[in-house]
Amino acid sequence: MAGPKIDALGQFTLTTGLGPLGRAVDFTNSNEMMLAGAVIIVLLFALGLRRRALVPRRLQALVELMYEFVHNMCVDTIGEEGLRFFPLVFTIFSFILLGNLLGLFPYFFTFTSHIAVTLSLALFVFVFSTGVGFYTHGLKFFKFFVPAGVPGWLLPLLVPIEIISYLSRPVSLSVRLFANMTAGHVMWEVFAGFMLLLTASFGILGAFASIVPLGLNIGLAALELLVAGLQAYVFAILTCLYLHDAVHMH
Amino acid sequence: MRRFSTALLLVLAPSAAVAEGTMPQMDFADPLTSTQILWMVVILVVLYLLLSRWGLPEIGKVLENRAEVIARDLAAARAAKQAAETAVAQMNATMAQARSTAQAEVAKAVADAKAKAEADAKVLNARLEAKLSAAEAQIAEAEKAALAAIRPVAAEAASSILLKLTGSPPAQTALAPCLDEALAARKVA
Repeated sequence: MAGPKIDALGQFTLTTGLGPLGRAVDFTNSNEMMLAGAVIIVLLFALGLRRRALVPRRLQALVELMYEFVHNMCVDTIGEEGLRFFPLVFTIFSFILLGNLLGLFPYFFTFTSHIAVTLSLALFVFVFSTGVGFYTHGLKFFKFFVPAGVPGWLLPLLVPIEIISYLSRPVSLSVRLFANMTAGHVMWEVFAGFMLLLTASFGILGAFASIVPLGLNIGLAALELLVAGLQAYVFAILTCLYLHDAVHMH
Repeated sequence: MRRFSTALLLVLAPSAAVAEGTMPQMDFADPLTSTQILWMVVILVVLYLLLSRWGLPEIGKVLENRAEVIARDLAAARAAKQAAETAVAQMNATMAQARSTAQAEVAKAVADAKAKAEADAKVLNARLEAKLSAAEAQIAEAEKAALAAIRPVAAEAASSILLKLTGSPPAQTALAPCLDEALAARKVA
């Protein structure tokens, strides 16, 4: 058929952003959204901090809410030592959250749907938490791979499993975010393209029938909003969990 | 892991069915795939520095200040409550003391008045008694005087009667015992 084709993956294509200047330094459209997200976060703080009221208004309350949310997450998951990592966890959480949320807007690029981005973030978290582990415990951190209270003859089996599960952390961390964001956006595109296909193939009848994929997309929008927040939360809490393991070794 | 596989299925099913091309995310030959990471690092480092040096500490200060103010207000309220309680206790104590003092005073006044009234009554009684006894004495004296006056009168009357009867005045010595007897019979003398 010669009608419109569904190009579900075109939305993920990288181009250069910010005009000729961006082309010169390979500043991509995903970097545009990262910059937008970072600027929105900084603006939120600037606006939220303008009044410093005892009883906060909406923007200040929003920033304080985010602060306390991540603050509590750090303290609850890592313990009091977690406060050292609070700015880092907050940066990662807010960056991913804004990336996910901005990606929900039509024609906006979703940088968290790029495995290169999520894998870089996950590898950073992995290397950083491992570094914290060795920094805190020295070579004793290797004991992390030896589960306590296990008979000796099981160790040759369990230690490799522990190591593999530890090494698979960055993979699961990155693929979870990447897959969630990509899947949602692909489904959106597929359903939207299906509407065009229906209309092109069946005319008026098809246009009426395309109300079904439209409804699906509306439901999907709510689901994607949930996923955007949830995946940012999951990434942040797993970062905290890995840091907890590095600090406490259990 | 299950979430991961379902998510992967969700990605792969539509993409395999619909798209002929490969995923742009997997196109690592594209230099933009790696340069976006470079720029992401720059953006993240700047964001981290801004948040850790300025944004988060400032918000922390606002929250700390709020907690401080609330704690201070609570402490002030608690102190005020305590002061009020102390004042109430003091007032109650003062009231109780005043009441007991007043009661003691009233009781003393009543006792005083009673004692005074009793004394007055005693004095009055004594005076009345004295007056009564004086009056009685006077009466007795008067009676005595009156009775004393009867004898000469009786003697004279008897003498004059006897004179008229006999024609001669009676001998005083004979008359006296008769007079005494008569008077005694009448229980006058």
